[in-house]
Parts: sequence; C-alpha cells; structure tokens
Amino acid sequence: MRTTISAIALSMALAAPVHADEVKLGLLNGFTGPIESVAGNMARASELAIEEINASGLFLGGRKITSVRADSTCIDAAVATAAAERLVHSDKVDVIIGDGCSGSSAAVLQNVAMPNGILMISPAATSPALSTIPDDGLFFRTSPSDARQGEVLATVMIDRGLKEVAITYTNTDYGKGLSDSIKSAFEAKGGKVTLVVPHEDGKGDYSAEVGSLASAGGEALVIAGFLDQGGKGMLQGSLDVGAFDLFVLPDGMIGDSLAEAIGPALDGSFGTTPGSDSDGAVTFAEVLKTVDLVPGPYMAEWYDAVALAAFAMQAAGSTEGALVKEKVFDVANAPGEKIMPGELAKGLKILAEGGKIDYVGASAVELIEPGESAGTFREIEIRGGVTETVSFR
Amino acid sequence: MENLANALVVLSNFVIIPALAYGSQLALGALGVTIIVAVLRFSNFAHGELMSFGAMSAVFAVWVLQWLGISIAPLSTALLALPVAIVMTVAIALLTDRFVYRFYRVRKADTVVLLIVSIGVMLAMAGIIRFAIGPDDRVFDDGVRFIISVADFKALTGLKEGLAIRTSQAITIVMAVLCVGFVFWLLKYTRIGKMMRAYSDNEDLALLSGVNPDQIVRWAWVLAATLAAIAGTLYGLDKSFKPIVFQQLLLPIFAAAIVGGLGSPVGAVAGGMIVAFSEIALTYSYKKVATYLLPEALQPDGMLQLLSTNYKYAVSFIILVAVLLVRPNGLFNGRPS
Repeated sequence: MRTTISAIALSMALAAPVHADEVKLGLLNGFTGPIESVAGNMARASELAIEEINASGLFLGGRKITSVRADSTCIDAAVATAAAERLVHSDKVDVIIGDGCSGSSAAVLQNVAMPNGILMISPAATSPALSTIPDDGLFFRTSPSDARQGEVLATVMIDRGLKEVAITYTNTDYGKGLSDSIKSAFEAKGGKVTLVVPHEDGKGDYSAEVGSLASAGGEALVIAGFLDQGGKGMLQGSLDVGAFDLFVLPDGMIGDSLAEAIGPALDGSFGTTPGSDSDGAVTFAEVLKTVDLVPGPYMAEWYDAVALAAFAMQAAGSTEGALVKEKVFDVANAPGEKIMPGELAKGLKILAEGGKIDYVGASAVELIEPGESAGTFREIEIRGGVTETVSFR
Repeated sequence: MENLANALVVLSNFVIIPALAYGSQLALGALGVTIIVAVLRFSNFAHGELMSFGAMSAVFAVWVLQWLGISIAPLSTALLALPVAIVMTVAIALLTDRFVYRFYRVRKADTVVLLIVSIGVMLAMAGIIRFAIGPDDRVFDDGVRFIISVADFKALTGLKEGLAIRTSQAITIVMAVLCVGFVFWLLKYTRIGKMMRAYSDNEDLALLSGVNPDQIVRWAWVLAATLAAIAGTLYGLDKSFKPIVFQQLLLPIFAAAIVGGLGSPVGAVAGGMIVAFSEIALTYSYKKVATYLLPEALQPDGMLQLLSTNYKYAVSFIILVAVLLVRPNGLFNGRPS
C-alpha cells in the first residue's frame, strides 16, 4: 500500500515540472450551439498561430505554448462561465482567447477573468456593450464593435439609395446590439425603419416573423443574424413567400454557404464584413493554404488574438495578466516594425531584443480605446452566386 | 371582389399554407411521441434526435443516389431515399431499445427513470449524428422548389398579391395525411394494432389474453421510428438538415402531443395543427389584409398584430397550461397521465 502511494506521489512530482515552462492558452468558443459549424475553423486558426510560435522557439526564451479548447455553447452564459472556470482553475491557462460570442464573453469577463486577473482577448465578440463594460483593463478584442458596423452599413444603404427598410435580428446580445446601431445610424441619415422583429436561432419555423415583416414592408430586409441559423431561415422564408427580394447582410450572414444554399435569388443583395485590403489578408490565406484551409468568418481575428497575446507576453517578459495587459496596445499599434501573418517569429525576435513592433496581422489590427479593433469593413455584393468585394470602408 | 381575393391570397400565403405545412411536421413528430407514450408509457425525449437520425440517413442515401446518377426529377431524390432512411432509423431505434430501454423495462423501472434514460439516449444520439455527418447545415432538396411561385401566381391571376406553394410543403401535407391514415388503419383494423391498443389500455389483461409484450414493444418502435424518419426527412427537405434544430423542435412537438392528449393519435394531429396555427395566426400582422377589406376611411395605421412575434414561443406554453388546467388529460382524452 505504502509503495503504491509513494509511487503515485513520485509520479505526480515527476509529472508536474514537465508542464512548468509551458504557457497555456484557453480557446473558448461555441463548439456546440448556434455557431458550431464555423467555430472549429476559428480555433484551428488560433492553433495555427500557436504552432508557428512554437516552431520559432523564440517565445519567452524558448517556452512552448499549449492550448486547450473549451466549449462555451455561445448562448448559455452559465455554461460559458463554467467552461472558463475550468480553464482557469483546472487547466491553469494564462490567457483566455475567446469567447466567440458577445453575451458569453461579458459573463466570462466579469465572473472569471476579472476575479482571477486573467487576460482575455476575444476575436469575435462585437456587441457595443462590451466597449463600456468595466474590465480592469483585462479585456481586448481583435474584432470591431458593432456600433462601427452599424454606421458603415447605414452609409452603404444610403449610398445605394435605400430609404425604407425592415430589420430582423437574432435575439442575442450580438443581434440586438447590431440591430440597434444599424437602426439609429440609418435613421440619423434620414432613412426609415418600418419594423424591427427579433427571431430566435435554431427554431423550426419562421413564417410568423416573415409575415409581420411583410406586412410592414420596406425596400429591403436587413438580417442581423447568423448565416447557418435563424438568419438563413428568415432569408429563405422571405424569398419563398415573396416578402422581400433584396437583403442587407451584416457580418454574421456573410459566407459562401449562404449563396450556395439560396441560389440566384440572392444576387444583388449586399452587406459588410470585417476585412481590409491590407496585404495581411492575402498572406494569411497563403498561411492557411499550407494546412488545406480557406479563409472563413473570423479566422483572421482568431489568429491575430493569439499573436497579440503572445507578443504582449513577450514584451512584458511575463505571463502575469496584470503585466501583460499593459503591453497589448504597444505591440498592436505603431510605432514599430510592421509584422504580417506568417512572420510571428520575426516579431518575437524584435521584442526579445527590446525593439518595437506594430502588429498588422491577418485582420489589419489597429486597437482603439478601450481595447478593441478600429474596424475596417469590406462592402460585399453577391453577384452570380459569388460574394464579391465592392470596396473597403 | 378583387379586394376580397387579394385579402384571401395574403392570408393564405402568410398564414394558412405555412401553418398547414408546419402543423403537419409537428403532427408527424407528435404521433411518434404519442405512440411511445401509449405503449411504453414514457415520454421519449430522444424522439427529436430520432427524427434527426432519419434525416441524416436520408442525406447519406441521397448522396449515394446522386453519385449513382439516379434521380426522379422533378421530384426530390430524398423521396427515393426515404425507405433507406426508414430502415436505418428503425434499426437504431430497435438497437437502443434492446441495449438501453429493455434493461430498465425488465426491472420495471419507474416512468421518470425511463424519461431520464431517454434524455441520455438523446444526448448520445446527438453526439453520434454530429460525429457521422458534422454540425453543418446541409441542403439536400434537389427537386423543383415551387409548385407555384409568387411571380407565376401574379401572372396567372392578375392579382396584386402573390401566393407561393413549395413542393416540399405540398409533399409534407400529403405525406402527413397518408401517414395519419395509415396509423389509424393499423391501430383500428389490424391484429397488431388491436394488440397494441389492448396492451396500452390494460397491460395485465392483455398479457393474460396471450399478447406477446416483446412483439408489441418492437412494433411500437418500428412505427415510431418510421414516423420519425418521415417527419425528419420531410422537415429537412422543407428547410434544411441541421442537427441542432431537432432539439429545438422537441418543445412544440411535445406541446402538440400533450395538448391533444398524450397517447391519443387523433390528439397528436389536432395538437400539431393547434400549436402551428396559434403560433402563426396570433402573431401575424393583419394590416395588409385589413387594407384590402376595409373602406378607405377605416384604414388602420397600426400593425393589427395581436401579439408581437417575440411571444411566439409563449403561445404554445399558454395553450399547454390552459389545456392542462381545463382538461388535464388533453383535448382528446388519451390515457390518464
């Protein structure tokens, strides 16, 4: 008996130091739930950045980064909090990359990240509410706030001569925030919103919502929803009964699967999605190609979030949240050497030698107060079943 | 006269046809739930996943058929794949019964235990489905989408308003009628149906009269799984196949089954229609209909909407509570619960 116990104690003692010089990142995302079909590739992009950093061997004097995935479900704040608790207390992560959704990000930030002093970088939470939430300076995002997207989308609509639109949004923090900002921006520019109707994701039938929107009318329907969720249901439903034939599509609705699923009826519809005309996006696509991936929604932001976290830790020379958070702005913005995706080793080297970098990354990272991406948007239009970029805003 | 026609067309396009199709989908699901309740005496929460499994099998079969170049255009290949889906769903249902439910049945486990077991089966099956086909949204309808589209209808009738009937809606309604008819015939006129009803009414008496319980249970699963496969495939045909949706579909299906009276097949069908029509009709904005029917002076400014669509899901709950208060056994008096 005694030998068993001492054997266990010995093996534990031996096991512990193996991990001591590893830096752990928790990848928190909705691997099940409404964004489950895209969440896997987002995390994959993050892991790609980690592999790149590890291959360089330059991170914090040769320490390795490991990552753990955790499922936030996107919609259930309680589950997201529990998953983050697990990351912090059981997996002992140093930084949380995530969450992919707005409501769950707010919950995790306040319940887990702040009490434990853990740095949190969300690559995809876009709710305007996250700009004003108290965060002890621990929360950053490589995605822009939807207040900005609402502004951009409203301008695009006015430029295209729309005067009356109806809006439907997915009944989440993301959808509500985006819909509010589109509505106020569009009305401020002299447009009229006939009706705003929320829809629930993953429900069986959207006839009732489509019916109300059709009664209210409008030249186009703005769908602040998710591409493979209720957003698509609303779109398909509206087309089927002839309620609308022109659609305005914010970022959550942009993706190749949409044009594929709906077909030619979608031609002429337009929208906006975060993206820039920087070389970063092109370079990132090449990086992805090496592992047989193609750029998808928010993959660039997930890659960049990991890169930013690693650079900030490198600059701080520590993994302590309180020290690292001070460095995030420094590595993301000018002055300094511009760093593209695929050049993470170069960035780490400059920082190790005490130099300065300006991380551009895959999504043209430019942080503004209080720690979110300034946001350049691509204006897209669907032509012949293909999503084409019209301009950058 | 033309105004009346326009009003009717609007109403049909936005309320009657969608509700009829949605109601049929719910009815098919509720029928499967109700059969399991009647024979096995527990609420099978895995029924939504069973539908999902059926739809998934259909998707796989469609892929194989498309690869072989077999089609029945202009109808969807999925109809050809339906028998395969049914066989696979029946197989998985019988397997779960043999290895999971039977274990608890022979121990005469409480209804609540079986209900919780079915939740476990639901989660396991959801995992298997995601493992097999992934969580993505899949469109597998390759047939002609519309019997009549809005533009065709307008051109045909010269009316201002359009009406659309999708092929999948029509197929769903026809299939629902056929299935319901078949189930009724089976329960009423066949030996196995009579045995099932006898077993459902009084288990001990039925056993004494020589009814083989294993056989009854097997047939109940075959019937429920067949209905689940049909319901799942038709639903996937109408919208698209996405695994997560079937979990959400469980609530209106159970509402329909309970409103009609758990264990009553007529009730399941009526319940499906009640839930679908109340969800859609109570939240529809009647502004457009009123504009056609009322004289100029009385034209409404508001939306003429009884409930905002936000409350759509509350509707089935309210009906559920009301029915449980007034007629606890459901409208069509199933077995006492």
